[in-house]
Amino acid sequence: MGKTLVDIKNLRLSFFTPAGEVKALNDISIKMEEGDVLGIVGESGSGKSVTAYSLMGLVPYPGRIIGGTIDFNGHRINEMTEEQLRDIRGNEVSIIFQDPMTSLNPVYTIGNQIMEVILLHTDKDKKQACERAVELLTLVGINEPAKRMKQYPHELSGGMRQRVMIAIALACEPKLLIADEPTTALDVTIQAQILELMMELKRKIGMSIIMITHDLGIVANMCQKIAVMYAGKIVEYGTTDDIFYNPRHEYTKGLLRSIPKLTDKERKRLVPIEGTPVDLLNPPAGCPFAPRCSSCMKVCLKRMPEYTHISEDHYSACWLLQKEEFEKRGERA
Amino acid sequence: MSRLLEVNNLKQYFRVGGSIFRPKYVKAVDDVTFHIDKGETLGLVGESGCGKTTTGRTILRLHEPTDGQIIYDGTDITKVDMMPYRRRMQIVFQDPYASLNPRMTVGDIVGEAIDIHKLASDKHERKERIYTMLERVGLNSEHANRYPHEFSGGQRQRIGIARALAVDPEFIVCDEPISALDVSIQAQVVNMFEELQQDLGLTYLFIAHDLNVVKHISNRIGVMYLGKLVELADSYELTFHNLHPYTKSLISAIPIPDPVESRTKKRIVLEGDVPSPLDPPTGCRFRTRCPYATEICAEQEPEFREISKGHHVACHHVEKIN
Repeated sequence: MGKTLVDIKNLRLSFFTPAGEVKALNDISIKMEEGDVLGIVGESGSGKSVTAYSLMGLVPYPGRIIGGTIDFNGHRINEMTEEQLRDIRGNEVSIIFQDPMTSLNPVYTIGNQIMEVILLHTDKDKKQACERAVELLTLVGINEPAKRMKQYPHELSGGMRQRVMIAIALACEPKLLIADEPTTALDVTIQAQILELMMELKRKIGMSIIMITHDLGIVANMCQKIAVMYAGKIVEYGTTDDIFYNPRHEYTKGLLRSIPKLTDKERKRLVPIEGTPVDLLNPPAGCPFAPRCSSCMKVCLKRMPEYTHISEDHYSACWLLQKEEFEKRGERA
Repeated sequence: MSRLLEVNNLKQYFRVGGSIFRPKYVKAVDDVTFHIDKGETLGLVGESGCGKTTTGRTILRLHEPTDGQIIYDGTDITKVDMMPYRRRMQIVFQDPYASLNPRMTVGDIVGEAIDIHKLASDKHERKERIYTMLERVGLNSEHANRYPHEFSGGQRQRIGIARALAVDPEFIVCDEPISALDVSIQAQVVNMFEELQQDLGLTYLFIAHDLNVVKHISNRIGVMYLGKLVELADSYELTFHNLHPYTKSLISAIPIPDPVESRTKKRIVLEGDVPSPLDPPTGCRFRTRCPYATEICAEQEPEFREISKGHHVACHHVEKIN
C-alpha cells in the first residue's frame, strides 16, 4: 500500500445559476495512492472535469463547494486561501487541458510560457530556467528545442502544442497530473504519441495521473482504477478489469454494450442506452440513471441507493446490488 | 449488385493565394477513384485534413470538382444541373448545433426541402410528410413546432437526418454524424442509420475518424491520407488483413475498449505530424512517416492497384512488407 495522495470525502458542489441550483457534484468520494493512474469516465456534464478541477481549488463561477473535504498531499484544499493555492498549482499538481489550441497564450513564445512556471515556483534564475525549459522540451520529444523556445504557439501543430502543455505541466515535477481530455482534439496517430509519452513520463518521474475522458478505449489502455460518473455521482468505482469484465452498475453495463469494438470479428447490433442524459436542474429524486435504466424498480425513482462493496476497491451504487445483498443475507439467516 | 455511384480520378484543388501567374493550391482531394454499390455503406476514414469531408461534398457538387468524373446511377453528373439529383442525394452534417437554422422551427427545417422539390401538393400533405419523417427518426409530431435550441445534441442530429430523408433520397453522405454526440447517444444514432438503411434501401457514404464505429457500420472502408486514397477493402479485410503501412499504424493507434486486448496489442507509433497539404511530399505522400520508405517512394507515386479481389492499395512495398 502506497501513501495516500488524494482523498476527497463526500464532496458536494453546486452551481448557483439564475435558473436554479445545479448539483454538479453530489457526494463524491475518491481516494488515490501515489503512482496511481485513475480514469474518470462519463458523458459531458457528468461532473468529471469539475471533480478534477476542485482538486486544484479551481471552482468556476458560479460554483461553490457546499460540503465535504478535499485532501491532497497533506493539504486541505478546500480551506486554503487563494495565495496558498497558487503555491501548489503548477508545483505539486498540474493540469493539461483539452484544447491545446486555446490553452497556450498566443502572444508569448513557448519558451516564455515554460519559463514562467519555473521562475515562479523555484529559485532558479533566468538562465537556469531557460536551460531547464530546453531540457523539458527534449523530454517531451520536441525536436530542435532551442529553436522552438523562440516560436509562438501558432507556429506549432496540435500535437506539438499538447507536448508543450505537458512540458509546462511537468516543469516542477508535480506529484499529480490532471489530464482533462488531453487528446480529444487530436488525431488518432497523434493521440497514440501523446498517450505513449504520458505513460513514459509517468514511469520516469513517478507521478500520479488523473485521466478524464469519455473514451473507454483510452482508460482501458492507461488506467489502473476507473471511476464511472453519471450526473454528478460516482456510480461505479473499481479496477480496470472490474469495470470492463465485471461491471455491476446498469450504466456501466449499458456503456460497454453500446460501443463497437474494432476487433469484433462479427457484426453485432449495438445495444444503446435509451433516453437522454438527465437535466441537472431538475434531477430525479432517486438514482439519476433510473429514467434510462432498463431494470428500473419503484425504489430507484424515490431514493438514492447506498454504495454496495463487491470487493475492497470495487463498489457501485445500485438498488439491484442492494437487493442482491439483502437476499444473500436472508439466505444465510 | 449494381453500381450507384462511381468516382473516377476525382480532384479538388482549392486556391490559397500566390500570385495570378503562380497560384498556390491545396490539393484537398487528389486523384481519388472508388465506387459504391446500391444498398451498401462505404466508410471513409483518415485524420483531419486528409480530404474525406471534401470528397463527400464534392460528390454532391457542393464544391465544383477541379477534375475527374462523378457518375451517379449511370449518368455523368460532373457538369449537369444538380437540381433533380439533389432529391436523390442528401447529406447529414457533422455538427448538429451549427447545421440547423436557429430561427426556423423543426417543421420548417424538414419542410423546406419538401417545398423546394414540390413534393407536397397542399399544406395538409406537407404536414403529414413532416410528421412521418419526424416519427421515422424517433421524434414525434409535437416537436415540429419547436426550435432547434430546445433539443439535445442527439435529438438535433435526428432532425438533421429527418431533413435529409424528407425528399426520399437513395444516397446519403453522412459527414461525421456522430462525432459531436455523447457515447451513450452514439449507439442510438448508429442503430438508426442501420434501421433506415434496411427499411428504405439507402446507400451511405459514411465519413468519420472513429474507426471503431466506421468498421461497425460499413461494408467496405477506404482510408485516406493527405488527399489520397491509400487503401480500400472490405471492412473485415481492412481491419484484420490490412496491407498499407499507414492503415496498419492507424489501426494499431486506436485504443481498444478492452484491457486485456489493449495490454497485449502491439502498437506502431508513427513519428512526427502529418505534413502540410500545401506542400505535400513528392512521390508517396506517406513516405515522411513511413518506416519502410526507400528511394523509390520519393521518386515515384505509387499506383492504386488491386492486390486481391476488391482490395486496393497504393504502396510500392506491399509485397515486401506483408
